[in-house]
Amino acid sequence: MDWTFTEDRPIWQQLTEQITLRILKGTYLPGDKLPAVRELAAQAGVNPNTMQRALAQLEADGLAVGGRTAGRTVTEDRSIIQSARETRARAAVRACLELLAELGYSREDALAFMNMKEELHDE
Amino acid sequence: MNEQLVTCAALTKRYGNKTALDRVDLELGRGKIVGLLGPNGSGKTTLIKILCGLLQPTEGTVLIDGQGVGPYTKSILSYLPDRMYFADWMKATDLFDLFHDFYADFDKVKAVNMCASLGVTPSDRIKTMSKGTKEKVQLVLVMARKAQLYLLDEPIAGVDPAARDFILGTILTNYNEDGTVLISTHLISDIEKVLDEAIFLKQGHITLHDTVDNIREREGKSVDALFREVFRAPNYEGGAF
Repeated sequence: MDWTFTEDRPIWQQLTEQITLRILKGTYLPGDKLPAVRELAAQAGVNPNTMQRALAQLEADGLAVGGRTAGRTVTEDRSIIQSARETRARAAVRACLELLAELGYSREDALAFMNMKEELHDE
Repeated sequence: MNEQLVTCAALTKRYGNKTALDRVDLELGRGKIVGLLGPNGSGKTTLIKILCGLLQPTEGTVLIDGQGVGPYTKSILSYLPDRMYFADWMKATDLFDLFHDFYADFDKVKAVNMCASLGVTPSDRIKTMSKGTKEKVQLVLVMARKAQLYLLDEPIAGVDPAARDFILGTILTNYNEDGTVLISTHLISDIEKVLDEAIFLKQGHITLHDTVDNIREREGKSVDALFREVFRAPNYEGGAF
């Protein structure tokens, strides 16, 4: 999985988001040991201090737990992961609805679009 | 151990009547990767050469780990010049021996391993190497030392973009964790994500010194975009051709 960064925001925030996404997708499973800071930093091609800050945020969010010496693991508290997943899903739906509103669709039309699973697959 | 690794106060360098650095105040902490960013002729190389002891400041003071520039500061800093200075009949392995004799903190095994991962054959003569390969050898020599201060003057200018990423990776994974790396460059977009801090040098003045995160948060744009804005050359208005 690649790491990509946009111009407009601090890199550590984008790192936190991308690691969070990996946890939500199950790339890193509950209780899994996360790679060491240096290793993750080298993977992403970023400064270790930046990665450190991203992981500290992940801890503050409750998604990662761990200490100074033993390394960090993904939380085993699935309710935290589930609520993060819902937060993410809500944000995705909101962004989608905002775009559709800009395109001139009412809420009802937009929701109708979301129900057209079959047709979407054909495109 | 002094808290700040580098302290410059009112540092000034004049070449004749041209002022290259004008009363520069600068503090660098430890364990940081810092970008020294500015267009050509802004004073980047002059500042680095003063830190190395290769140039004497006209006015002002420099302290590195609490000491004036001299044998001690030279023993704790590792300098990558902007051009090659080795005899071209030498092999990379000769250079390793030379550095091993000169610097107590040079790790020959590490140098050989770094060459292997960079795809450089250490038994080749410098003469037979391409420009990019020579730069890689120089980088190996500099990064295989366990220094406190690494001064890298344009380390990525002469290599292709793929090698650039590789070299940045090499810097990231090989610098001493308590050490500070100062990288001068104008290729900002390539190095932005490895930097803790950025310094903008403009006509001998430091116009900005902040963390990359702060700059992005405050400006809502990358350091590269900000640099292009700050240093935009006025359009040439010499009239129609």
